[in-house]
Amino acid sequence: MQGLKDRLKELLTDGTVARVVGWKKGDMPYNPEPAVFTSVDEMDDFVYDGFCGANLSKMMIEATKLEGKTAVCLKPCDTYSFNQLIREHRVNRDNAYIVAVGCRGKLDIEKIKKDAKGITEISGTELDGADEITVKTIYGDKTVNYSDVLLNRCHVCKGKDHMISDEVWGESKDTADQERFAEIEKIEAMSPEERFEFFKKELSKCIRCNACRNVCPACSCRKCIFDNTKFDAQQKANVVSFEERMFHIIRAFHVAGRCTDCGECSRVCPEGIPLHLFNRKFIKDIDKFYGEFQAGKDPEAQCPLTDFTFEDIEPGERG
Amino acid sequence: MYKIAIKDINTLFSKIAGEQELILPVKKAGQYNFGVYEEGADTEGILTNKTVKSAKDAFFPQFETLYNVKKTITPADELENGEEASGTKIRTKLEVQMEELKDKDFVVFGMRGCDVKAVDVLDKVFLSDPVDNYYKARRDHSIIVALACHEPEESCFCTVFGIDPSDPKADVATWVVGEDLYWKPMTEKGTKLTESVKDILSDADEGAIEEEKANIKAIMDKLPNTKLSLEGWGQGKTDEKFNSEVWGKIYNPCLGCGTCTFVCPTCQCYDIKDYTTKDGIQRYRCWDSCMYSDFTLMAGGQNRTSQLQRFRQRFMHKLVYFPDRYDGMFSCVGCGRCVDKCPQSLNIIKVIKAFEKAEKGGAV
Ligand code: SF4
Ligand code: SF4
Ligand code: SF4
Ligand code: SF4
Ligand code: SF4
Repeated sequence: MQGLKDRLKELLTDGTVARVVGWKKGDMPYNPEPAVFTSVDEMDDFVYDGFCGANLSKMMIEATKLEGKTAVCLKPCDTYSFNQLIREHRVNRDNAYIVAVGCRGKLDIEKIKKDAKGITEISGTELDGADEITVKTIYGDKTVNYSDVLLNRCHVCKGKDHMISDEVWGESKDTADQERFAEIEKIEAMSPEERFEFFKKELSKCIRCNACRNVCPACSCRKCIFDNTKFDAQQKANVVSFEERMFHIIRAFHVAGRCTDCGECSRVCPEGIPLHLFNRKFIKDIDKFYGEFQAGKDPEAQCPLTDFTFEDIEPGERG
Repeated sequence: MYKIAIKDINTLFSKIAGEQELILPVKKAGQYNFGVYEEGADTEGILTNKTVKSAKDAFFPQFETLYNVKKTITPADELENGEEASGTKIRTKLEVQMEELKDKDFVVFGMRGCDVKAVDVLDKVFLSDPVDNYYKARRDHSIIVALACHEPEESCFCTVFGIDPSDPKADVATWVVGEDLYWKPMTEKGTKLTESVKDILSDADEGAIEEEKANIKAIMDKLPNTKLSLEGWGQGKTDEKFNSEVWGKIYNPCLGCGTCTFVCPTCQCYDIKDYTTKDGIQRYRCWDSCMYSDFTLMAGGQNRTSQLQRFRQRFMHKLVYFPDRYDGMFSCVGCGRCVDKCPQSLNIIKVIKAFEKAEKGGAV
């Protein structure tokens, strides 16, 4: 990480960039926060380790409007989001300097906390760290395999190539050891009643905090329809189950074809709702009906849902 | 002092739930949240795990109907003798249907020291003049069974606010000791509840909980955030803190999502809205968040216009405005839920630490 930090400081000092969007060391061993660094001094708190799961591409919407270039650290999956934002004219590519950082999977603190309370120290989470991490807690120490406590999205990682970069830093390690659509197939195999029950149970936990929407790089509308004060819906009223389901279904439709499967929605949900299931179902169906398509892979590519060809399937076919 | 074997705890819950509504942490789709007890509910792990949301819903639900207004329209030619259609050809009648206030006792089990203290905070707001009837009815009918924290977590910092998690103050206090749950009535309401479940409790010796209390205190002492200093916060600090440059340096990653406010046991802001039903309106109240762009939005467009202002509001309210208004009482109880759940890893502890660092001349 020191190498990355030094390189970013260099970019600031030699004037290549005016600021850096990265992660700042947290006050606990696992809670670094996304941050904007404007000076070499501030960069002392920069960190890049296993807990830097946050996708920083959305922060570039505002950052690339500012004077001068902004450097941003993007993991392989984050580069898909960035490309998609270019495609949607939401970021200014010319004002961005992309430091594509290597990745060996990011850690899910909820999984670690499942049997480790009172954490005081976690070591071995650096990019070049060992296969085992040590978790010190006031109730005793534990070691866990890095690969056992990854975010779910890392098990179905799209690959460790960066889709866009100005320079690349660090070695990646393969983490994909699960079939990307296996979870979807399981749900497709359920009866409609079972499926409805499954989603009803999951969504009944929703507290309508909007974290999933606000973190989503595809949700970049300046004002979300659900924040419109002039529209007669019970949009803040989470326990009205109709509203709660509508919110998620409308959101899933709205990001269909644009969702890169970055996994941020599921990562941030305080209630652990597997929101990616909605979006991944759309991805699977788009693949099936229009041929394989990955949003954010190529910033020039036309999304099948906003394009028309005579080969398009007819309405009524089901996935 | 009484006790019951933890393996038999569902018998206790069934018994309580048989006589009145019982609200307690339940595990559902992998998460612990307070909910109404139903036969067969998954209660595994509820004695040691923190809930995502607090117990606030039991007193001040995230959504509640205040009243319905029903509109009936009668054409003039259908009016009864003696009734007059005022000028027009129809008569419109509005009928207000009040929502019924809570009128039966209910039990909330499993609130921790912080959660119980949070109710004191809410009481200040809702029970001072003008009294909130909906809230008051729930408070009058609630019986709180608190639970001492057997395994406090690193995000817990309730002791900073003078709360003792080993000795929660409620109608009944309970402790996990070995394989048993110890049960001690503390108020008249608590004694009454105890009477109703006494046949499934056995007598126990007070001494057993002393060790547990000492353990909890020792754990709290070792946790990383329990030494936080609140110096510089509290009454009379509005100008100094409000105008600080620190806010500008720390607010940036905030998504304005509102997670922190919705998991918080003391956040008390709400919105009142009308929803058009097929024959009138439903006037409802739901939690609001100062992190939202439409929070306290007024017709002229004034409210807080930037996320910096919104972010500052949340922490100023907890640490300065509330103490200013209510004799120094902070409106954070150190439950750590916002610490665990903020998607961007921002939180009240980081805010306090950032100010401390800046005041000592460090770069934030
Ligand atoms: S999905 Fe892949 S690139 Fe993204 S954080 Fe996980 S392992 Fe890294
Ligand atoms: S993040 Fe989770 S709890 Fe919050 S609105 Fe989204 S689904 Fe609901
Ligand atoms: S919907 Fe979820 S997975 Fe898809 S782009 Fe948004 S945050 Fe990422
Ligand atoms: S502080 Fe965190 S939880 Fe609260 S609104 Fe901001 S991003 Fe959301
Ligand atoms: S501000 Fe955070 S720590 Fe304090 S009471 Fe609210 S949720 Fe708990």
